[in-house]
Amino acid sequence: MAKQVTLTIDGKQVTVPEGTLVADAAKMAGIDIPVFCHHPKLEPVGMCRMCLVEIGRPVRDRATGQFVMENGAPKIQFMPKLETACTNKVEEGMVVLTRSQKAVEGQKGTIEFLLTSHPLDCPICDKGGECPLQNLTVAYGPGKSRFLYDEKMHLDKQVPLGELIWLDRERCIQCARCIRFQNEIAGDPVIGFDERGRATQIVSFSDPGFDSVFSGNTTDICPVGALTTSDFRFGARPWELQAHASICTQCPVGCNTTLNTRREAKSGGRIVVKRVMPRQNEDVNEIWICDKGRFAYHYTEGKQRLTRPMIRKDGKLTRASWDAATKLAAENFQKAKKNFVILASGRLSNEDLFNLKSLAEHADGKAYIYSHMGGGELTSLVGVGEGTNFGSMGAGTTIVVVASDLYEEAPVWYLRIKQAAARGANLIVMNARETKLDRYASFTVRYAYGDEVKAVSDLAKKGKIGDTFLKSENAVILYGSDGLGVSGSAALASACAKLLHDNGFTGRPNNGLIGVWGRANDQGAWEMGFEVEEDLAKAFKGKTVYIAGADPVADDPKLAKALEGAEFVAVQDVMTTATTEIADVVLPAQAFTEREGTLTSGERRVQRFYPAVPVTGEAKADFAITSQIARHMGIVLEGTSVSAVFDILAASVKSFEGLTYARLAEVRPQWPIVGRSDLYYGGTTYENTQGMGAQLSAAAGRGEKVSIPKVEKEALVRPKEKELLAVPVTKLYDRGTTILPSELLHERIGEAKVILHPETAKSLGVEEDQKVSVSFNGVNGEAAVKLTDTISVGVALIPRSMGLAIREPVAVKVK
Amino acid sequence: MAHILLRHRDIPDIHKLEVYKKNGGFAAFQNAVTRMKPNEVTEVVKNSGLRGRGGAGFPTGMKWSFIDNKNWPHYVVANADESEPGTFKDREIMESNPFQFLEGVAIASYAVGANAAYVYLRGEFWQIAAFLDEKIAEMEAAGYLGKNLFGTDYSLKIYTHLGAGAYICGEETAMLESIEGKRGQPRVRPPFPPSYGLYGKPTIVNNVETLTNVPLILANGAEWYKSMGTADSAGVKIFSLSGRVRKPGNYELPFGTTFRELIYTYGGGVQDSRKVKAIMPAGASSSLILVDDEKVLDTPMDYASVRTLGADLGSASVIVIDDTVSMDWLINKTVHFFRHESCGKCTPCREGTYWMSHLTERIHEGRATRADVDLLLNVAKQMQGKCLCALGEFSTMAVVTGIERFRQDFDKVVKA
Ligand SMILES: Cc1cc2nc3c(=O)[nH]c(=O)nc-3n(C[C@H](O)[C@H](O)[C@H](O)COP(=O)(O)O)c2cc1C
Ligand code: SF4
Ligand code: SF4
Ligand code: SF4
Ligand code: FES
Repeated sequence: MAKQVTLTIDGKQVTVPEGTLVADAAKMAGIDIPVFCHHPKLEPVGMCRMCLVEIGRPVRDRATGQFVMENGAPKIQFMPKLETACTNKVEEGMVVLTRSQKAVEGQKGTIEFLLTSHPLDCPICDKGGECPLQNLTVAYGPGKSRFLYDEKMHLDKQVPLGELIWLDRERCIQCARCIRFQNEIAGDPVIGFDERGRATQIVSFSDPGFDSVFSGNTTDICPVGALTTSDFRFGARPWELQAHASICTQCPVGCNTTLNTRREAKSGGRIVVKRVMPRQNEDVNEIWICDKGRFAYHYTEGKQRLTRPMIRKDGKLTRASWDAATKLAAENFQKAKKNFVILASGRLSNEDLFNLKSLAEHADGKAYIYSHMGGGELTSLVGVGEGTNFGSMGAGTTIVVVASDLYEEAPVWYLRIKQAAARGANLIVMNARETKLDRYASFTVRYAYGDEVKAVSDLAKKGKIGDTFLKSENAVILYGSDGLGVSGSAALASACAKLLHDNGFTGRPNNGLIGVWGRANDQGAWEMGFEVEEDLAKAFKGKTVYIAGADPVADDPKLAKALEGAEFVAVQDVMTTATTEIADVVLPAQAFTEREGTLTSGERRVQRFYPAVPVTGEAKADFAITSQIARHMGIVLEGTSVSAVFDILAASVKSFEGLTYARLAEVRPQWPIVGRSDLYYGGTTYENTQGMGAQLSAAAGRGEKVSIPKVEKEALVRPKEKELLAVPVTKLYDRGTTILPSELLHERIGEAKVILHPETAKSLGVEEDQKVSVSFNGVNGEAAVKLTDTISVGVALIPRSMGLAIREPVAVKVK
Repeated sequence: MAHILLRHRDIPDIHKLEVYKKNGGFAAFQNAVTRMKPNEVTEVVKNSGLRGRGGAGFPTGMKWSFIDNKNWPHYVVANADESEPGTFKDREIMESNPFQFLEGVAIASYAVGANAAYVYLRGEFWQIAAFLDEKIAEMEAAGYLGKNLFGTDYSLKIYTHLGAGAYICGEETAMLESIEGKRGQPRVRPPFPPSYGLYGKPTIVNNVETLTNVPLILANGAEWYKSMGTADSAGVKIFSLSGRVRKPGNYELPFGTTFRELIYTYGGGVQDSRKVKAIMPAGASSSLILVDDEKVLDTPMDYASVRTLGADLGSASVIVIDDTVSMDWLINKTVHFFRHESCGKCTPCREGTYWMSHLTERIHEGRATRADVDLLLNVAKQMQGKCLCALGEFSTMAVVTGIERFRQDFDKVVKA
């Protein structure tokens, strides 16, 4: 533990770790020192001069180094000038006066200065009501202005820094929190100050503007209404909003969020989600979320939502009752016997997946997870478990990231791993191409696509890298599917698991394997015992298929074809998709915003989300639909209470043992302090009052004997002449069903692409942005050429879910 | 007396390497590198009483001794930004006596263990930068810069770096940011450059004139240097004289020379033989010295004596103001300068200079009331002691002393 230092703030004795800033020490002791530029997550800069206080230090005898005593107490010498509490570190015996007349005058002065050119358009400002400047003005300001209104500086009020974030230059108080967040935390230094003096203003110098997937966070920590999102801008007043705890469902990080809702005339008197805000969980996302999590919730509310059950009659989907629809499904499922196949995705909750899996077991069917990635059995065996937290990793821990572009696939992990590396963790980034995380790596390992397993198996033998890895106290490996299909990633997972297992990096906090899954609850599906099937087309042929939360028809023409040849297809989803269009029965499911449940993150943390808006139409929660079908089949599955399903689940799934629904709602005090009354300090991030979740145990952590099955890797793809090796990669913004309905993201999503090295393009005679035809494995499509020299010659990257159905490495013809 | 800094005035062609060498050039550097330990060099400079000529007057040897020897590498940066209005001494040194300055840089570098030194020049000095580059190349060719100097394992490179037109880049931490390629904005101090400087490494920043003293101090000894000037202000100083005088220019004189001598003996007296009304001893950043009594002119120009007049000697850019000048005009000028140069990083300076500029403009143009003058004084005082760097403080000096010491000038121009 760090050395403790005791000081006195406003007469109160405070003991805090050495190195703490006076402003933070005060906060810990419940004493508010007003701040604007200071943010406990950012390096101190002392620029706004809001936190002026009087600081006295004990006088030391030069010869002995002892305190000079005066009337029995150390003699305190105060500095002639006020000092900034946000840049001065605590010292033993220090005396701080935050409310002395001198300090109060200084704070008043700073507020007066800040308001001289401030437009004071609180009545139309998004931040009004949750604005640190408003709050601190009332608490610490002089109450009136001596500045002539006509002499205010005028600057542009509607500046798009990109299409997602807008800037009001008049409201900006030049605290640089946004710039510092981008530089220090996000690592995307794409905004900065231009001009100087009173004309100082924020600009974006990237193309596209504000090119960072973390941009929305700047609107939370901006202490005024200068930065707003195009999503929420002029959308509602903060005091009209209700707050509901939720979990982001877009990726395996599982960021804690708050859904702000209101009932509004604009939406026909309905209660709707107005914005998604980060909710503090220092073990998961701290106080940040990525822009996908912030902006891609619109699919839950659009016209495309399914509102009532439907049955195909005379070739047309027609409205049906729940009873009729579930009965029809049940009859067919029962009839199918062994030919019953369930395909569910990680978009569903643990409870949904548990009921589906139970149904498959009772009905003698198969339960497959809809995933492009394998290896999940291993993350249950040697996955990270209880106590694992990127926030506590530093010197002594090795983090290996292999075959994953974390910035695109799990942005908040990227951010936290970058921070862990800055704290001294040993970061090894292994990939066939350059990724953004390389910049923070202690070592990068470059292999050719297809050599993933070998690269991992050789890691420990590799000189300095191997030594560092083996000598670490802790090691985690995050493996993904960059350039890999199901069997390739499964083989990679096995190699990673073996490396960890052989070297004792399992079964302890901050040790183990993490899958960078495509969906939020893939890990949950693996824990429930779902399996992955490489050849789904074959698995569908002639079978009775129950699909939940997946759209294989849109994703892959081959699967569409296979489903045409299926015996019966029941589809359960929140919205109309290409797959519901071909279904025999359609079952409308509730969106995550409308119900409660739990999700298991990639770090195997089970977290609760809560209902925020009323249910759309007649939609039901997935677990309830499954239960209703089951009942018609004579199978009893809990269908009314999520908590009851969870408790049954916890009793039967080993890794969930000991967890209760209530325990997931527990919270503990967190630092930094954020929340409603502390807006000025941590920003508008929500305090966590509804649960920080709990981590699962892994088999290795339970002391079970673990053996790692060896998985053969798939045969190497060898492109013939005039062919390229095409590999699938994941982009943050794709054309998936949960993103595309959010129109504000369309510019970032763009069109179908094929990414080539300039030399490859040259030899093919194609140019940047040129439309080319791409054909592989019976798939023919169009895509725009994008060039980068960060990949190898002869390789074509094809982003997943962008219109070209690529599932694994293939030989491709580009014309 | 022969010049110590402006030696080109006595020795023609001293900007030529051969001439400089013939006049004892580089002997001090060679002697230091081959015969002295770095801390011995620092000790000599400490004993000489040399204080920084960039404005703050900080003891140079003491600054060098603060270099953090636990953190490497070290850097030396010569502050050749010279942007204080009324200051034009570093320019003359670099243009005409460049080798003595560069030798000073070299000795300082040796003393603090730096193998790289930067000369940071204001953007307008691009010709001087090109000239210094030539001189540096000549020194390299002659074996005074480069690898393994004088057969030792000490190596040194000197680089020039141009600013881009910001007064604030004369402030040492803003200058370091600028060299690093960032916006020229001051850093919070502490930590000070000797522990956290260029690229976060221990760095010594010294003014051009400060460094130009060093070769002769080493050549002639600390005692020799201390024999000039006064007890608290040792040695000689270049006074940049400007304003309403007949012969403006640089005058190298011992500390302790009186204002009267500077203005009348050397500067040829006030234009049109008018009366001195006020003196700004440190350029636009100065407090205004009220010359209501002839005796004020007999004050010796050294750090301590000038302070008794309620002003700082600063960089000793003495601007003489006669009785044709009204202070409302003058502070309107200085405030507009600082408003233009405020980097905008901290609130009181960014907002305060902007606010003050509106007030001084209204006052000067006769659109203000007495209450506005009081408000201006109050705003200036509200800024004092609150700003992140000294620029904000500087911007208030002429305002506060102008109003407090020359109130009648303001009362004359305000509305009833
Ligand atoms: C706003 C501002 C401008 C400054 N401009 C200069 C300058 O142009 N030249 C200079 O040598 N020092 C300037 N200084 C002082 C430097 O910060 C620093 O104290 C000095 O370079 C140290 O060198 P010295 O110890 O040799 O004086 C300035 C300081 C401030 C606050
Ligand atoms: S936009 Fe907001 S966060 Fe950025 S500098 Fe301005 S006030 Fe600070
Ligand atoms: S990082 Fe993942 S979980 Fe977090 S907000 Fe982004 S998409 Fe959602
Ligand atoms: S005092 Fe002025 S120049 Fe100095 S940091 Fe503040 S705004 Fe910038
Ligand atoms: S200067 Fe301390 S909060 Fe800004």
